[in-house]
Amino acid sequence: MAIFNYKVDADGVAVISWDLPGASMNVMTEEGIAEIDAAFDKALGDDAVKAIVLTSAKKDFAGGMDLKILGRARAAAEAAGRPAAEAIFEGVMRMHRLLRKIELAGMDFKTKKGGKPVAWAAPGTAAGIGLELGLACHRRFVADNPKAKIGLPEILVGIFPGAGGTTRLVRMLGVMGASPFLFEGKMMAPKAAKAAGAIDEIVAPDDLLSAAKAWALSATDADIVKPWDAKGYKMPGGAPYQPAGFMTMAGGIAMIHGRTQGAYPAPKALMSAIYEGALVDFDTAIRIEARWMTNVMLEPSSAAMIRSLFLNKEALEKGAVRPKDVPEMKVKKLGVLGAGMMGAGIAYVSLRAGIDVVLMDRDQAAADKGLATITGLLDSDVKAKRLTGEARDEALSRVTATPDYKALKGADLIVEAVFEDAGVKEKVTKLAEAEIPEDAIFATNTSTLPISELAKASRNAERFIGIHFFSPVHRMMLVEIIKGEKTGDEAVAKALDFVRQLRKTPIVVNDARFFYANRCIIPYGGEAARMVAEGVEPALIENAAKQLGFPLGPLQLGDETSIDLAEKIMRATKEGMGKDYPENPGDDVVQALFDAGRLGRKTRAGYFDYDENGKRTGLWRGIHEQFPLAEVQPDVTEVQHRLMLTQVLEAVKALEEGVLEDIREGDVGAILGWGFAPWSGGPFSWIDMLGPKEVVRICDALAQKHGARFSAPKLLRDVADRGESFYGRAEASNAA
Amino acid sequence: MTDVYIYDAVRSPRGKGKADGSLHEVTAVRMAANALNELKSRTNLDDSLVEDVILGCVTGVGEQGACLARSAVLYAGWDQSVPGLHINRFCASGMEAVNLAANQIRGGAGDIYVAGGVEMMSRVPMSSDGGALAVDPYLAMSSYFAPQGVSADLIATKYGFSRDDVDAYAVESQKRAAKARGEGRFTSLFTVRDQNGLTILDHDEFIRPETSMQTLGALKPSFKDMGEVMPGFDKVMMLRYPEVERVNHVHHAGNSSGIVDGAAAVLIGSKEAGERLGLKPRARIRATARIGSEPAIMLTGPVPVTEKILAASGMKIGDIDLFEVNEAFAAVPLLFMQHFGVDHGVANVNGGAIAMGHPLGATGAMIIGAALDEMERADKATALATLCVAGGMGAATIIERV
Repeated sequence: MAIFNYKVDADGVAVISWDLPGASMNVMTEEGIAEIDAAFDKALGDDAVKAIVLTSAKKDFAGGMDLKILGRARAAAEAAGRPAAEAIFEGVMRMHRLLRKIELAGMDFKTKKGGKPVAWAAPGTAAGIGLELGLACHRRFVADNPKAKIGLPEILVGIFPGAGGTTRLVRMLGVMGASPFLFEGKMMAPKAAKAAGAIDEIVAPDDLLSAAKAWALSATDADIVKPWDAKGYKMPGGAPYQPAGFMTMAGGIAMIHGRTQGAYPAPKALMSAIYEGALVDFDTAIRIEARWMTNVMLEPSSAAMIRSLFLNKEALEKGAVRPKDVPEMKVKKLGVLGAGMMGAGIAYVSLRAGIDVVLMDRDQAAADKGLATITGLLDSDVKAKRLTGEARDEALSRVTATPDYKALKGADLIVEAVFEDAGVKEKVTKLAEAEIPEDAIFATNTSTLPISELAKASRNAERFIGIHFFSPVHRMMLVEIIKGEKTGDEAVAKALDFVRQLRKTPIVVNDARFFYANRCIIPYGGEAARMVAEGVEPALIENAAKQLGFPLGPLQLGDETSIDLAEKIMRATKEGMGKDYPENPGDDVVQALFDAGRLGRKTRAGYFDYDENGKRTGLWRGIHEQFPLAEVQPDVTEVQHRLMLTQVLEAVKALEEGVLEDIREGDVGAILGWGFAPWSGGPFSWIDMLGPKEVVRICDALAQKHGARFSAPKLLRDVADRGESFYGRAEASNAA
Repeated sequence: MTDVYIYDAVRSPRGKGKADGSLHEVTAVRMAANALNELKSRTNLDDSLVEDVILGCVTGVGEQGACLARSAVLYAGWDQSVPGLHINRFCASGMEAVNLAANQIRGGAGDIYVAGGVEMMSRVPMSSDGGALAVDPYLAMSSYFAPQGVSADLIATKYGFSRDDVDAYAVESQKRAAKARGEGRFTSLFTVRDQNGLTILDHDEFIRPETSMQTLGALKPSFKDMGEVMPGFDKVMMLRYPEVERVNHVHHAGNSSGIVDGAAAVLIGSKEAGERLGLKPRARIRATARIGSEPAIMLTGPVPVTEKILAASGMKIGDIDLFEVNEAFAAVPLLFMQHFGVDHGVANVNGGAIAMGHPLGATGAMIIGAALDEMERADKATALATLCVAGGMGAATIIERV
């Protein structure tokens, strides 16, 4: 066997050890499934084998299922002319049979005797199918490994644990106990996983195998019968039609429905699998789980989420768009110019990534202020046990906060994050470049100024680039890398390698007003303001957006990012575009709020009212004095289409204009950058899901009713006319 | 089609639906049998002539389970040839029993029916029969399920009824019920007696005449926590009604229907049947209707079902002299009056379920009897009774004096 090693020791313990060739982390593939199945057949059929241990030869147990299996299963079904549902259901049931075989371990089902004990020994992380395999075993041992994470993250990519993890965990822990694993995809340290009841024992790494073997050899028939296979089993917390279980179920449904705003198919299907499964015996329950799993895998949303949030996100992180010929350019010493919120945030994440940092500002006091921000962030890491005290001190020893440009000597990357003023930026660029090596790369974190313009201040525009972080830097996973007209490959490679060091996700775009993310998000707020001007009920605008899966409604977002920023962008854009600036009655709404001093949350007044603690108390109804509510309110779908298309059409235009070079970046960037409806997989996935023809039809209707800004861009119209899809087109051009 | 008449209607007093309620000691089947035999003795009925006994009962488990209607027929000692049908349309079950009986007669399936309902809420707790509506995730999510109180609060929010509005309505309901009880207006009321003929309860004991805006003002809204905090049903409501910024929680125990025990029975027949029985009809059942409405807001059914029954009977709202709109929550009759421009002076004139309580399976039959009593007392010609129903339904009956 090539993936699962099989060895029987002198005591008669068969050790099945997972070791996927050529990978640092085990993932389950079609071949792996066949091998582990055969390995268990062998162990269960061999009288010389008394007990079995399932483990891994790597430092972790497994990262999960190879999610490409889904696409392959679908393609194979299509090729064979079979319905995809049939192929997927069969594949899922195959997993169930395998895991059930491990669980029953050859016992006589009637007497529950004669089975072989199976211990699970995980040296480190076990995610997805990794943990599901463990749940099928009779006792779970995990090494005391500080890096180990135990959990079922499936829900985060739009599916749910579908190899019995759902049915087993609910039967072990009850609906409430299983919720953090199933509905939140929480990955837990071994200690927390043990406290939650998902694993049984934590042992020293060196004792892992011996402890598992010792247990397996001494386990009795009764030790290996799962509670749900024993007589008189009762579900912890009560089944759905027992009083406590009824309340849990009814409440759980409302909570999940409210939290996910009904936008995601997977939590709904998961809920149904739990409920329907809880009403029947285990073997029927896993068949039900498989039917819902099949249902969710057939959802276009799930396929789109897997594509964007798992496959393409990983591809971008691994350098899918990195210039191929440039050798690795890891950052060793970083200079950050400007110690404000952004600068300090960039310095902090760089320190956490092991990079030496010089944090600069105009005087020592300003630099120290940035240092204090960093210290605060590190302290809260220590408090939350994400970091040890020593590690914090070590990180702090690598940062220098100073107004002295000389300290930048030897820096291989500069990130400039000073005030958004071309003059200031020009000055610091020159001062910094005077101190750094010729081959260093200079990056600007500007979010509004053209890179090619700023590059004129640099001694070498080829080594000048935009690296645009989002705020707050330590939370936002996306980094937008912007190529100026003259930016060279080494600068791009350097920026990508830097982002990779930070474990964030990069997209690379070309230089144009507002780059990609801001270009799409600004019209979202603009359209919402326009609707307020038209007299659309603001609650309808906010709820419509949330139901689309946006984390914040556009008006709340306006308050969070501040009304004066909106006013400033509005003014600057007007200046920049001159007579080309499209009139927007929403500008009057922004102006009215601005003039009233309602600048958003920071002033405790904006679109919303706030209490003295800055908590939103409700929409500010004073706005209706100037912009009265309309008698007839639009349909929620129309509001949603307006909010959605203002962003989506910008994304299409960005692609059309070459600002965006790759739709994968457009989709991943939208979700990570501004929380674009994750269930959709991103703007291009959303178009494909609805069908480009249907989107054009919606555009035409909206353009007629609300104006030319909704006219479908030529590219979209072409895709629709040709009966293509954006991803279909991209795949075809990749193949060519 | 055959005209259908009500020959008599009886109802028990409503006992407080708790262990210290006067009717708590009475089994559900005996309560139902009591109602049947009270009807029999008032009308001197030959029970062997009855085609069927249809009883509504919502929580059909335990002693209320397994075709309670047949159990009641046997318990009452009626002729074995009389079957029994137990039906459930939640709060409209008692009305649906009457409507169903009427329509059976119209359709020619027999000409004498007894219809009514029973609910011993102190003995068989509400919701103890489970049901998929709230807990089957597919169903609950696709229909945006929330408990009724949250839906009632949503009605108040959407249609602009303030806490003062709903409280004032409740105070008035108490006042009217107390007055009606004091004046002995409830002619359909019978006394519940034990097996020895001793009185157990002879009056509605749930009424609180002392209720005032002040006493109600002290009560906390009952559905605020489950709506806003745990588990957060308001968010589910806003998924269905995105134009709502927040749900205004105004309902509490004092302006919602009370949990009580009770039973009711109505004798229904064709004209010829009445002649055969030697009975004079008290009213004609002019029309019946039932409808499904939007299930999340759930309790707006009386509006569309009334529109439907008016259209079906070729009547206008102004043709109706009296209204009984079940007071499940104060917002329900308030919405009805607001929508149709009906004056409170002709609606629920002797109070309703807020004051007297709402024995789920029986109420529908009880309010038909209440309308009948009041039509005769006040010498009115036409009455409409309607109820909102869980799961988003509504039912209505129009009766007229003959």
